[in-house]
Amino acid sequence: MRAFTTHRGVVAPLDRANVDTDQIIPKQFLKSIRKTGFGDNLFDAWRYLDEGVIGKTPNERLINREFVLNAPEYQGATVLLARDNFGCGSSREHAVWALLEYGFRCVIAPSFADIFATNSVNNGLLLVTLPDAAVDELFGAAARGALTVEVDLAAGRIVTAKDGAFGFETDSETRRRLLRGLDDIGLTLDCVEAIRDFERAHRARQPWIFTAPETT
Amino acid sequence: MSGRTLYDKIWDAHHVTDRSDGMSLLYVDRHLLHEVTSPQAFEGLRLAGRRPWRVDANLATPDHNVPTVMSERQAGVAGIADEVARIQVETLDANCRDFGIREFGINDVRQGIVHVIGPEQGATLPGMTIVCGDSHTSTHGAFAALAQGIGTSEVEHVLATQCLAQRRSRNLRVAVAGALPVGVHAKDVILAVIGAIGTAGATGHVIEFCGAAIEGLSMEGRMTVCNMSVEAGGRAGLVAVDDTTLEYLDGRPFAPRGAAWDDAVAWWRTLRSDVDAAFDRTVEIDAAGLEPQVTWGTSPELVGGIGDVVPSPSDMDDPVRAEVAARALEYMDLAPGTPLAGIPLDKVFIGSCTNARIEDLRAAAEVARRGRVRVAEALVVPGSGLVKRQAEDEGLHEIFLEAGFEWRAPGCSMCLAMNADRLLPGERCASTSNRNFEGRQGHGGRTHLVSPATAAASAIAGHLADPREAMG
Ligand code: SF4
Repeated sequence: MRAFTTHRGVVAPLDRANVDTDQIIPKQFLKSIRKTGFGDNLFDAWRYLDEGVIGKTPNERLINREFVLNAPEYQGATVLLARDNFGCGSSREHAVWALLEYGFRCVIAPSFADIFATNSVNNGLLLVTLPDAAVDELFGAAARGALTVEVDLAAGRIVTAKDGAFGFETDSETRRRLLRGLDDIGLTLDCVEAIRDFERAHRARQPWIFTAPETT
Repeated sequence: MSGRTLYDKIWDAHHVTDRSDGMSLLYVDRHLLHEVTSPQAFEGLRLAGRRPWRVDANLATPDHNVPTVMSERQAGVAGIADEVARIQVETLDANCRDFGIREFGINDVRQGIVHVIGPEQGATLPGMTIVCGDSHTSTHGAFAALAQGIGTSEVEHVLATQCLAQRRSRNLRVAVAGALPVGVHAKDVILAVIGAIGTAGATGHVIEFCGAAIEGLSMEGRMTVCNMSVEAGGRAGLVAVDDTTLEYLDGRPFAPRGAAWDDAVAWWRTLRSDVDAAFDRTVEIDAAGLEPQVTWGTSPELVGGIGDVVPSPSDMDDPVRAEVAARALEYMDLAPGTPLAGIPLDKVFIGSCTNARIEDLRAAAEVARRGRVRVAEALVVPGSGLVKRQAEDEGLHEIFLEAGFEWRAPGCSMCLAMNADRLLPGERCASTSNRNFEGRQGHGGRTHLVSPATAAASAIAGHLADPREAMG
């Protein structure tokens, strides 16, 4: 997993609440059996005016000039700013893969959906939860001109170029994993003996969980 | 010390240890797999040279991508016209074969939507921890199982370690008092709950549903309620074990038998919150006052009674809410003040893991027998091969066909429109599924979420309609 320590980048303000994973990456792109190839279809139905189909490149598409990510000042943006409940809806991890492949390293919002948050940590995408007032302030600053921020995970701080600063909290487990880019499965397999012991006792208590009908 | 909630009890019974980074490891009893969220997980397993920890914990079936038109379906996997979709289903078959995982293949009578077949097979049992790379895994909570949707990295993690790394959630109690009025169903209850608490209302929580109205529901109805817990932001939904639960499970293929059944029942009977259990929050709703519900926006929380009108964003105090509503009405092409009953429809979809079980089909057929379809297309897609067979044994398919509905093969179908079943831009649909997001049922399509009875009433009216009137 890719580590996250500090990051400096331009903020793209996506002023919407309840941005769901169907919007982040529409279902027609979920047929892939790979983890890559989703960046061009991030926010597909908002970014383009024509319907997205697998295999079409951005050059063959009708660009929606009114969508924020298509504005010249946000080209190369790596920090996404949004409203409440970002990432709600389906569990598709493809949403996180698409955000990362597009170039985002960090999303700032007042709240995030649970499964999306777990998927983000598992791929090294930092989610920063800020209070509504701070998010409002950042939207205001981004509307006045391209806003660059520096995100420092260890310090739990976001600093804007104009010397504004916002503190944010991340739970200690997530912070540790992101800072060091720790592999989730590796961490769990450090506990392999504990899992074996548990499984043995669990099987003795509830044997019916471990029996399946004959294979047909 | 206060007592424990149902969630606390299942958590405690599966807590293995805490990892060095502080995350808790929960042992996973059952892992359900489908074609969309598993290929990258199997690939990761292979690249790392790992094998599944406990093969018999896993059960797989293709559902999201499978065609539902009988003629296309008859040829099996090879008959899937969409090549990319076919490769995905073939990949699931190959992965299950390579790793020895039990799979109900595309034309096995036991195939179906993963959240329909788990309970149907008795693979979902009380007190279990269940995961699946699909957010609607919450469905299985109807059996007092801690059932959670997970991402693909977690699918790989569970395959490799039989554990889920988590932090404990908070406890939310949703008490639904009273009895459901005639014509009001489980779907209306959960839509009303989401309307009351919002789509982020249960974020960070596991919801336990209780109260007389929940106790009065069949297992099918409880599954519908728990299914949409995730639409309220909850990681899981739960309902305590009672006689209804046990009657449903007795004799199912994966359920224990004989002495093992008795032992299991003794433990299952304890699967309810202690009377003095502490919940972080409680929400109370009175079922007696509920009407059939219908969504008018692009999020399940934007919902009202069938007798209501489309609300006006300008009446909303919170500017973010007003903005969300205004954007939704623009997408839905609806004007404030329009009565919901009467909004004309192009299509009707009866199906999905929310409402494609036998009881849902019976409720829809009961209404459908009273008229003829007056929308361009009305699909009935049973949740599994076994549901389809039972419905056919009961003659329900004839009622649907007679009324002008299409009778399809099981799968997710127009719930997310990964296959050919979809809305065209601008088309409006009454749907028994769970998400009305922009484009969910097809690019530019407009979705109104409703119960099966309301969907059937709307199909024969040609517009959103009150099922109580159709039943006259
Ligand atoms: S029916 Fe719909 S919500 Fe349910 S699993 Fe299939 S796609 Fe997901």
